[in-house]
Amino acid sequence: QEIKVNQRRRQYCSLFQVNTERFESDSCGINHVEGGWPKDINPLDMEQTIRFRKKAEKDESYLNSIPQLGSVAEHCGRQNNAVDIYQEPFDGWEEVEESPEPPSAKTINIFRDPNEVKRTVTGLSWHPDGGRKLAAAYSCLDFQKASRDMSLDSYIWDVENPNRPELTLKPASPLVCLDYNPKDPHTLVGGSYNGQIVYWDTRRGSQPVELSSVEHSHRDPVYKIIWLQSKTGTDAFSASTDGQVLWWDVRRLSEPTERLVLDPTREGNLDRALGAISLEFEATMPTKFMVGTEQGLVVSCNRKAKTPTEKIVCTYDGHHGPVYALQRNPFFPKNFLTVGDWTARIWSEDIKESSIMCTKYQMSYLTDACWSPVRPSVFFTLKMDGMLDVWDILFKQSDPTLSLKVCDRALYSLRVQDNGRLVACGSQQGETTLLEICSELSTLQKNEKSLLAAVSDTDTVNLDFNQLHPK
Amino acid sequence: MAQVEETLKRIEASKGVIGTILVNAEGIPIRTTLDNSTTVQYAELLCQLSMLARTTVRDIDPQNDLTFLRIRSKKHEIMVALENNYLLIVIQNPCE
Repeated sequence: QEIKVNQRRRQYCSLFQVNTERFESDSCGINHVEGGWPKDINPLDMEQTIRFRKKAEKDESYLNSIPQLGSVAEHCGRQNNAVDIYQEPFDGWEEVEESPEPPSAKTINIFRDPNEVKRTVTGLSWHPDGGRKLAAAYSCLDFQKASRDMSLDSYIWDVENPNRPELTLKPASPLVCLDYNPKDPHTLVGGSYNGQIVYWDTRRGSQPVELSSVEHSHRDPVYKIIWLQSKTGTDAFSASTDGQVLWWDVRRLSEPTERLVLDPTREGNLDRALGAISLEFEATMPTKFMVGTEQGLVVSCNRKAKTPTEKIVCTYDGHHGPVYALQRNPFFPKNFLTVGDWTARIWSEDIKESSIMCTKYQMSYLTDACWSPVRPSVFFTLKMDGMLDVWDILFKQSDPTLSLKVCDRALYSLRVQDNGRLVACGSQQGETTLLEICSELSTLQKNEKSLLAAVSDTDTVNLDFNQLHPK
Repeated sequence: MAQVEETLKRIEASKGVIGTILVNAEGIPIRTTLDNSTTVQYAELLCQLSMLARTTVRDIDPQNDLTFLRIRSKKHEIMVALENNYLLIVIQNPCE
């Protein structure tokens, strides 16, 4: 049956009228502060609540639920302790450059021998204060090839000015090697072709301040001279192919202060002495030094030995030819670098039988080498084909990381400036090329020292580069 | 009974745990390692929040149910495990 709803408004009236009591109602939420305690228990009464709780603990559903709850909560708790899942990943990591450029070096300047007849740059030394000046020794080492009109001069160049040397050094005989005094940058000491030691003070001009007397000098060209770390700052020592290592005080060059004959039989016999062609001295180990000989042996010596026979400590069977360069690693002084024949080798002081690393036989003879002063795993080598090789042994051991053709002639001497970026190489034609190495090869890399230590800290004879690649 | 005791004791003694509260279906804290006022506060607030979270989950999928709720704050993390209307609240300070 349909009920029609009448749309028209009509007054409604009820059949009955009833009055009810007013009932006020109000809508509000209930705040359960203590939880829904059962009616009979007073939440404030400790005893009752404890009793209730104890009863609740015996409830079956409680007993069944707890293990489940427990395991879930424990799992998450352990998770939290294991890893902080909310931490910022890679937080604090430095921005790594995307795809680093390949290593490079660029030539900054070339300093040419101003004389007509060109001589070989046989020695180089950086000015100790910031490397703004470079001293170069010029001589002709080819036997009897030196012509009469060949200049005897050596020069100090200002790095910014390749047109003209800043100062001319005028020795009596061409200089084969020279060294700036690290304690007094105005003074230099040089070793000449005729065996004399020469001392300059740049404030006093081109003429040497003092010369060693011919009778007491070396009898062969002085191949290397190095300043020592003494209190007075006036001591140096030199080595020559005449088989001697001589110590000098530049205030009194008439006579050497000390003398060592490189006789491997330790009898001081000059006839049996080995010819010295390179010398190594590290200021952090002032009593020890090493000599590289023409015969290919490296001799380790102790200056402070009590008896003359103990001065020669031991020898290392170095190369098939003269050891042209010898240097300890500035960061790991127990390891030293040598070049001779067609290889460069790295040795550990404690291992006498052989080197711990040897490069491949190169296509041409190696003439000089030195470590980078800022990166323990980088060293530089020079070759007779005019190549400068930069080796990074943590990166690659089989080949140099960077090979540069510096010039067409043979390169003979190499010196890296203390900042590790500027490299000077001297050629047979009297050209000294100044190069700047890219920042990658001249900046200490993260973990480099510890990686290199891990690689060399093994009891095996060879550097274990497998340490770099954990299994 | 012993297993329950052992489980709870283990959680309470865990590394970084500041407090543990066990709440029953009526919202009454049965067991706690914190003082009364803190317990009551946590129990009350977390019950409400858990119920809200639970209804959220079940509204989206009635077959589903809330098992665990984690609230990470600057100072610590509050974890709520749910089972049979019981709540196990663990406040932990994860140490790195």
